[in-house]
Amino acid sequence: MSSSTDWPLWEVFVRSRRGLSHTHAGSLHAPDPEMALRNARDLYTRRSEGVSIWVIPSTAITASSPDEKDSFFEPAGDKPYRHPTFYEIPDGVKHL
Amino acid sequence: MSAALALGDDALVLSHRLGEWAGHAPVLEEEVALANIALDLLGQARVLLSLVGDEDELAYLREERAFRNLQLVEQPNGDFAHTIARQLYFSVYQHLLYERLAAGDGEFAGLAAKAVKEVAYHRDHAEQWVLRLGDGTEESHGRMQSGLDALWRFTGEMFQPVEGLDSPESGVDWQALENSWLAAVTDVVERATLTLPAGPRSGGWAAGAGRQGLHTEPFGRMIAEMQHLHRSHPGASW
Repeated sequence: MSSSTDWPLWEVFVRSRRGLSHTHAGSLHAPDPEMALRNARDLYTRRSEGVSIWVIPSTAITASSPDEKDSFFEPAGDKPYRHPTFYEIPDGVKHL
Repeated sequence: MSAALALGDDALVLSHRLGEWAGHAPVLEEEVALANIALDLLGQARVLLSLVGDEDELAYLREERAFRNLQLVEQPNGDFAHTIARQLYFSVYQHLLYERLAAGDGEFAGLAAKAVKEVAYHRDHAEQWVLRLGDGTEESHGRMQSGLDALWRFTGEMFQPVEGLDSPESGVDWQALENSWLAAVTDVVERATLTLPAGPRSGGWAAGAGRQGLHTEPFGRMIAEMQHLHRSHPGASW
């Protein structure tokens, strides 16, 4: 019954009650999205009110390859014109 | 206070039955779900039994004949479909009853308002599984139907008015409750491509019997296990 095809893997993202964004909380097995949501609620939220859950089949996620780390992520640190560091940030601006 | 005892015993006994699934559920995720439901029910039982007296004494030192739970909730787990059939019958009943209690201003309004959210989830869980098993494979369809059939005769007892909640002031119209229950269960069963059992919903021996302290044979073994430690070490604290 619980073979990997019948019960595929899902990734769970949870936004806590006062959280600003969904954070990856873990993974679980479920036969379909509805059951995945319910399992996620039991496993990862302890049913606190006001949270939001996303479930995504693991197969739908494409990850960056560690081999391409350099070309993907190495910042061009010697080109300061790439970084928005020349602006005055007004005092009232949060979350920047 | 007999209403608190009756509702508390329902929750306590069903909680114990669901606890027996720990380590044996079909998948890990379902194991957690059943344990969650058991814990919700245990919490409800503690509140309700505390209204009557000492919760530990009531749970661990009463004889079988002093328990007031429905015969439905004391039925053994059987296979997973059998457990889900029991969950469907009881959680729809409990949800409808607690909705009415929460809407009233009786002594149970406060705790029912808290519990009704939990029970709504129990009901959703049971309905989801009835749909999946009924509309699943030939094997799961057959097992789900067997579970519904086997427990059908215990469902009539739920609508015997509970002492203390049998007056119009209680906010519970038991006939209307039964009609709503039948409509809700019929809807789920039919959507699951299953057949509503045809037999009688209670016999002369079963009508209201659990509420009067008359229980089925498996219940004695269940409370023997539940009470064993407390009776072996009376007065111990933990």
